Amino acid sequence: MEELAKKRLKFKVFRFNAETDYLPHYDEIELEVAQDEVVLDILNRIKWEHDGTLSYRRSCRHGICGSCAIKVNGKPVLSCKERVFDLVKIFGEELVLDPQDKKRAYKDFVIDKSNFWEKYNGVKPYLIAEIDEHPESENIIPPKEADKIEDADYCIQCGNCFYACPVVEVNEEYFGPAAFVKAYRFTADVRDNAKKERLEIVDKIGPGVWDCVKCFECAEACPKELSPITKITHLHNQIFEEGVAKNNVAVRHAVGFKHSIKKHGILDEGELVRYSEGNFGVLKHLPEAIAMFKKGKIVPPWKMPKSKNLDEVKKLIKSSSTKKF
Amino acid sequence: MGKLKYALYTGCTARESTPELLKSTLAVAEALDIELVLLDEATCCGASHLQDFDDFLSLVLNARNICYAEKLELPMVTICNTCQLNTSLTKERLDNDEELKNKVNEKLREVGLEYKGTSEVKHFLYALIDDLGVEEIGKKVKKPLTDINWAAFYGCHNIRPSELQMHNNGGENPYNPTSIDELIKVLGGNNVDYDHKNKCCGFHVELQAPNTANKLSASALTDAIDNNADAVVTPCPLCHLRLDVQQHNISKAAGREVHIPIFHLPQMIGLALGIEPEKLGINHHVTEVDFIN
Ligand code: SF4
Ligand code: SF4
Ligand code: FES
Repeated sequence: MEELAKKRLKFKVFRFNAETDYLPHYDEIELEVAQDEVVLDILNRIKWEHDGTLSYRRSCRHGICGSCAIKVNGKPVLSCKERVFDLVKIFGEELVLDPQDKKRAYKDFVIDKSNFWEKYNGVKPYLIAEIDEHPESENIIPPKEADKIEDADYCIQCGNCFYACPVVEVNEEYFGPAAFVKAYRFTADVRDNAKKERLEIVDKIGPGVWDCVKCFECAEACPKELSPITKITHLHNQIFEEGVAKNNVAVRHAVGFKHSIKKHGILDEGELVRYSEGNFGVLKHLPEAIAMFKKGKIVPPWKMPKSKNLDEVKKLIKSSSTKKF
Repeated sequence: MGKLKYALYTGCTARESTPELLKSTLAVAEALDIELVLLDEATCCGASHLQDFDDFLSLVLNARNICYAEKLELPMVTICNTCQLNTSLTKERLDNDEELKNKVNEKLREVGLEYKGTSEVKHFLYALIDDLGVEEIGKKVKKPLTDINWAAFYGCHNIRPSELQMHNNGGENPYNPTSIDELIKVLGGNNVDYDHKNKCCGFHVELQAPNTANKLSASALTDAIDNNADAVVTPCPLCHLRLDVQQHNISKAAGREVHIPIFHLPQMIGLALGIEPEKLGINHHVTEVDFIN
């Protein structure tokens, strides 16, 4: 048998004990790593062969329990799934192992994940339906309906998306990507009776979908490759379909693009801000507007450029619009 | 190598709030002997908001934009990360779903257009790096950016989702992007290593959640400043608007004075190619560029 390739690598390992330490530190260790080893092998080897006090979570070793999630050089990974050699390709021969959220560490890689679960529970992560316990016939869901859930029920609650989301970091109220995936898992389920109620929950400015910055960190972080941001877009769509959308700045901002494109093809930036904020709200942007005007960054209405063949655009907007607000 | 030629999708900001982006792009293309044909028919891409309201309409409008590049039989280049996202996302969805493509084409045919899927869509940055090559650019440097510390700020939509963009960005890794850093080096400057180079500026919630937007921008800019950056450079005009125009609000969120000039990518390249700062639109910046004379 051919021998597996090996590399000598340097690991910097996050260490912290909330009971005894004020500040975390990093232990450095060099190890010979084989091509087929995953990050969890490294954690195990350190614990078993070098320092028995190292703490981390793991259970299934098969990428399904979601407990072994950590960050390597800032990249969220499942330790039991991520090959060390693949990480070396991205980051080189020094790897920094961190918990998902350093601020929430109890002991080394074991973090307080209660904020994740609190948000997750906030979207009522269970089916709400009148169940007939003695049905006359089977309750059949046609594949076409089942397909709408997409891969949303593959989520293993590892929290990788949540602890990669920049909004979670700065807005304590924000539900975060995993909770939205779960919300969508039920709003897309024809058996569920609480679609509107669920959409009202995720529609709120502050905790809801409108606060997503569309950075796609969640899509990048998910080990199940289920693109939480795509489910967030579906939730936005359902919010309009079900008449849940409120007349607020975020909603008018999304709708305003259509109005502006209809008029000019390209966006009328000033008009979009006015449409979104309202005639009064727009005043708070005056300092920026003045600064921009002085630097030639504001096109006056009479000079607004228009796309060529604008009549084509108008026709398409008429024929292809599928939503109303 | 024959002359490089592309259909340029300017997006909206380059024609309105960041005129310096269009000026500098055209100036740099000319200096590098690249031909850009402006797509004046193109509309707004929906800026990653329209599809939240009406996904189908957003697909049709973005497909229409691509049609005009296809008509010219040219690859399309974008100069805004979010245009790049919406256009390439539309392309990927239509190219992989015959039924959806037919539905969209049904509408487009009514105005005499058809989406075929024959034009590539890539950001100007990657057209320069992958089609022209950093060495070629390096050969044309007239005024190296010696001793200037540049913090590359990549912007989300050029590097994420990587599954989509890796086909258009030479396989840039979203956790460790390097292309702009390479470019900085070849232009003679120093590239700053800092954690926030691949993070989000918060632009897309500027109206509904300004606190979030300002905090994210504050983390990015203070990180760049603390790592001795003299300037930040970005391929995205939306990042530019946020980071250049909003520094007074970003300072409040940071709890300290944040002052650092922000450059569009072609402005930085243009300086090294010896193009007059005036021609690159440096005078349009809200945060003064105080180190160039
Ligand atoms: S796309 Fe939205 S939900 Fe996903 S990580 Fe970014 S802000 Fe969070
Ligand atoms: S959506 Fe993906 S990353 Fe987020 S918790 Fe579920 S499995 Fe983990
Ligand atoms: S140990 Fe269960 S997912 Fe890794």
